[in-house]
Amino acid sequence: MTRLLVCPPEYFRIDYEINPWMRVTNAVNPDRAVAQWRELMRVLEQEAGAKLERMQPVAGLPDMVFTANAGVVSARIAVPSRFRHPERRREEQHFEAWFRDQGYEVVVLERGLYFEGAGDLLGFPDVWFGGYRQRSEVRSYIRLGEIFTREIIPVELVDPRYYHLDTCFCPLSGGHLLYYPSAFDRYAQTVIEDRIPKERRLVVPEADAARFACNAVCVGTHVVLPAGCADTEKLLASRGYQPHPVPLDEFMKSGGSAKCLTLALD
Amino acid sequence: MGYVQETVVLQGHIIDSLILAKVLDTILMMGGTFDLADVKIGATREEPSRARIVVKARTAALLADILEAIQPHGASVERESDCTVEPAPADGILPEQFYATSHLPTQIRLKGRWMDVRAIEMDVAIRLSADGSVAEAVPMGEVKRGDLIVTGRDGIRVLPLERPKERDVFSFMEAQVSAERPHGHIIADVARRLQAIREQRERGRDNVKVLLAGGPAIIHAGGRDALAWLIESGFIHVLFCGNALAAHDMEAHLYGTSLGFALTAGRAVPHGHEHHLRTINRIRAIGSIEKAVTSGVITTGIMAACVRRGVTVVMAGTIRDDGPLPGVITDSVAAQAAMRAALPGVSLALLVASTLHAVATGNLLPGTVPTVCVDVNPSVPTKLADRGSFQAVGLVMDAASFLRDVARELGWKA
Repeated sequence: MTRLLVCPPEYFRIDYEINPWMRVTNAVNPDRAVAQWRELMRVLEQEAGAKLERMQPVAGLPDMVFTANAGVVSARIAVPSRFRHPERRREEQHFEAWFRDQGYEVVVLERGLYFEGAGDLLGFPDVWFGGYRQRSEVRSYIRLGEIFTREIIPVELVDPRYYHLDTCFCPLSGGHLLYYPSAFDRYAQTVIEDRIPKERRLVVPEADAARFACNAVCVGTHVVLPAGCADTEKLLASRGYQPHPVPLDEFMKSGGSAKCLTLALD
Repeated sequence: MGYVQETVVLQGHIIDSLILAKVLDTILMMGGTFDLADVKIGATREEPSRARIVVKARTAALLADILEAIQPHGASVERESDCTVEPAPADGILPEQFYATSHLPTQIRLKGRWMDVRAIEMDVAIRLSADGSVAEAVPMGEVKRGDLIVTGRDGIRVLPLERPKERDVFSFMEAQVSAERPHGHIIADVARRLQAIREQRERGRDNVKVLLAGGPAIIHAGGRDALAWLIESGFIHVLFCGNALAAHDMEAHLYGTSLGFALTAGRAVPHGHEHHLRTINRIRAIGSIEKAVTSGVITTGIMAACVRRGVTVVMAGTIRDDGPLPGVITDSVAAQAAMRAALPGVSLALLVASTLHAVATGNLLPGTVPTVCVDVNPSVPTKLADRGSFQAVGLVMDAASFLRDVARELGWKA
């Protein structure tokens, strides 16, 4: 069963601007945010069949709700994130403590080596991809490859709107890839084309990509994605997936959506 | 040197991710160049690969820009350390771990800064002055007890030769020894270089020199007049030879023979074998070649031209020499030192018809000096290349034909 780490949005707000989506003046409606988050949890649990692990939110850390950036977890090893922006660095200790409490083997990266967890490191069973240049550093994937004994292919993100890999790249359970090629440099586009056969690549149209269609959570054949991405839903349905659109526009004010609000555990 | 460089290391899954390709493309697109110093490819998909890349650029500013551009892709500047030095334990003895040089431009790193090694030549050591301000190549025999000698391999880098800007035979920098290839273009290129160097000297750059190291076959084969003309016309500024070349050159003036053979008739003349001995004896009696020329005893030929034009002549003796002539250095270590002292400024070397002098000179020349080795025997250029002088262009042809052809290209009428 898929287990996901989530964090309630009690303290979610926009206190700073660290990506092109964030505007301090574009305030979050707290009630709507809570309602949208609860609906997402309901869909994940009841419709997609995921098991949720809720962690305690911390006052003054508005982005802790985006647990995808807690770190990365595989084979009972957890590597907590090292955030690029000082605003989010205060979250690190809380995520690290949670992993320890849960009995994971915690491996920490050297200080100053930026790596933003499952926001930038996503994979298929045989190969992982690591987004770099915007937030995580390419060098972090050398160390992560050693820790997890995995092949990690670094791919350069070139559009600041798609600042994490999970905003433009979503591996699906059937070996398909939902992605937005223009977010990558041409070398990365070539590598993705080399690694994933054409029939398995689902290219998201630009308008849907900008609504974070790729920031989706795949649980079995269920794909939970932000509402308003009709073309992407059709694309998913055509390959046998069941799309579950959830309105998440309050979180888009911060540059995050369904996937950002969850972290896959094992 | 013309460019600056820095070594960077790139590791991880750099091949399949095209990161290596991207870094190399970036270097080239920004106007730099690179050498892949080594690439280790991971044996399995999980195993990372590693590449060391020497990044080169025309200016330090461009190099800094390139390094900045490739750094986000994981290229990190290799951690470098200073060179190590140890005092020489005794006169003429190097510390056991001494660094043995090549003839390529070499730098050592001291207190974080790279400095050029002066007067580089192959198969010697590097000596650092006591105050650390000068690094120079030093032969084993010249080392004094306590001299600081560079040891080990850290903090030493050898810069590959740049292709010369001139698009001539030297830009290929490869030994071509075949007797069956056309020679014309090589001769034309040599002539062009000689002309260019003479023009530089006429404009006051008299520290630029052409060296000719030659054997007596030049005289036997009939190249004496052409070489004398080249010297007389100001194309040659340093001459390395042995006792024989000088002796037969002056024998030709005094007797019209070379090792007893009449140069014009081409047959042995009665008692001709004595001519070179009588010549040597005559010059020994006069006291020096210079006096023989200035007093009018010797007025034609190579040695006369050298004296008249103030050419630096180093004559190195061998164990089979007759006489020898005054001025021949019979201590081979002293001869080597005298040759070494005549090298600064040499920017073209012609090694003609002498195995011994060609190899000896090749050993002393930095790899940056364009060199032509001319011999009828293909083994001579081969030997030279095998001993490391890979920059030498080999030309399998008769010495006299070579000298005449070059001289004709430059306006010699004969």
